[in-house]
Amino acid sequence: MELGLSAFVIFFAAIFTNNILLTNFLGMCSFLAVSREVKSSLGLGLAVVFVMTCTSGLNYLVYYYLLVPLGLEHFRYITFIIVIAAFVQLVEMIIERSSPLLYVILGIFLPLITVNCAILGVALFMIIRDYTFLQSVAYGAGSGIGWTMAIMAMGGIRQKMKGARVPKPLEGPGITLIIAGIMALAFIGFTGMIQIQ
Amino acid sequence: MVQFFISILAVSGLGAVLALFLEVADSYLGFYGTCGIHINEGEKDLEVTGGGTLLSTLMDQGIFIPSACGGRGSCGYCKVKILEGAGLLLPTETPYLEPEEIKDSVRLSCQIKVRQDMNIEIPPELFLIKEFRARVEGLRDLTDEIKELRLRLVDPDAIAFKAGQYIQFQVPEYEQCPESVYRAYSIASSAHESHSVNLVVTKVPGGLATTFIHEVLKEGDEVTFNGPYGEFYLRESDREIFFVAIGSGMAPIVSILEQMAIEKIQRKATFVFGARHKKDLFYMEEIEALKQQIPHLEVIFTLSRSEEDDHWEGEKGRVTSVLERIIESGESKEAYLCGNPAMVESCEELLTKKGIPKELIFFDKFG
Repeated sequence: MELGLSAFVIFFAAIFTNNILLTNFLGMCSFLAVSREVKSSLGLGLAVVFVMTCTSGLNYLVYYYLLVPLGLEHFRYITFIIVIAAFVQLVEMIIERSSPLLYVILGIFLPLITVNCAILGVALFMIIRDYTFLQSVAYGAGSGIGWTMAIMAMGGIRQKMKGARVPKPLEGPGITLIIAGIMALAFIGFTGMIQIQ
Repeated sequence: MVQFFISILAVSGLGAVLALFLEVADSYLGFYGTCGIHINEGEKDLEVTGGGTLLSTLMDQGIFIPSACGGRGSCGYCKVKILEGAGLLLPTETPYLEPEEIKDSVRLSCQIKVRQDMNIEIPPELFLIKEFRARVEGLRDLTDEIKELRLRLVDPDAIAFKAGQYIQFQVPEYEQCPESVYRAYSIASSAHESHSVNLVVTKVPGGLATTFIHEVLKEGDEVTFNGPYGEFYLRESDREIFFVAIGSGMAPIVSILEQMAIEKIQRKATFVFGARHKKDLFYMEEIEALKQQIPHLEVIFTLSRSEEDDHWEGEKGRVTSVLERIIESGESKEAYLCGNPAMVESCEELLTKKGIPKELIFFDKFG
């Protein structure tokens, strides 16, 4: 890790300048599907933050202590997916058992996250960029928060737009993608401020 | 070669370890022991294994809550009043519940898991809903597109239902249908005949159930259905009755007319039945026989697209134009409508305009 970036910098960079959704366009499907309201966006966002933070740490350990010693780096895609899926399942069970309130807020979104590509994306980026364990976790947490921020902003915009007269062919995903594009343009303006790779 | 085996071992080993871990976790975390479900203040008490959804748990116990989507949370039919033990309202339920229902502790039973003792209220008639096995006793062409399916009950061998109610017919897996599905059909036979039921099935191009019944099913085959369901049955009063139906909407009305004949109900009644052509009319003899037994029944058939060679001398036009003409005021009248949503909605609009209050217009819509 020759750049020597602190985990702190990576954390903030992942939220703002290198937002995983608006600069890497990962995690689009749930972004488009669940952004109708701020409230459900927040629920999904929180679940993503939690799962991203934990799985980036977990996947780091699996990669460096299992795959690398066995020389199986090329299996990282499938391994990461398995780990993420198992983790989500386990968390869902624990939440369901222990906290009804948390289950109401996060529970139903968890199965959606298993297939959220942003989470796999984070795990793969941290390997490509040679992050340390601390940096990986910070990157996971930052990316999650950035993703949440983006989907909440979209949720807010779509709530405001409910009364707007959108041309018929653009209703739903069409106009949402256009808005996402404009949001992404604004965020791409930050590119290059901090180099995290 | 060694590398090859290590790869397989490592990846499948990791998967196996995680799966095992999840299984162990599930047996601890997903184990809720035995839970009690108390129905209608002690009318029925069940001891069940916790962990499943309320809908499927009740179904295992032989209590069938109406559900069209099979527990996926997309139809919103499986509402049950849960007084205790449901937990907090889930985001998956809110789209299907009205504010008054939420206040009344109504919940979607397919989304609620049984994790503790529960105290629920369900309409007593749901206890009558059972799963039946039946044998196809007869298949008869009523018109080019409509078949009558006669089912003899095998187990249980009798059904108790109100004339006008419907059942959910299970379409098993067959060539065009990879997964078994349920479709609702009204019972066309008399409620006084409890050992068999008749269904009237219109062929829908590409329809999973109708294709099965029209093309695959043979006499002697065994089928499964559950029921009875529905609020479409004759209300007790002395108001004049208007029955309106098109196509296979004839089925529940015929069953109600049978009831009127057998129970000697003396109310004044008019039955308006609409079809396109003369060849689409059916059950004419049955209706004629019923007319002899019900003194105050008038039956009007109307054809919307009658042609020259039909030699039709009866009414022409849609059912709504007949109703428009024959009803002067809606005072002390009630109506029973059965047909597709467009027909039901236009009739309902017309009848309310004529002065029949909405709560006295009963209907059964089918897709």
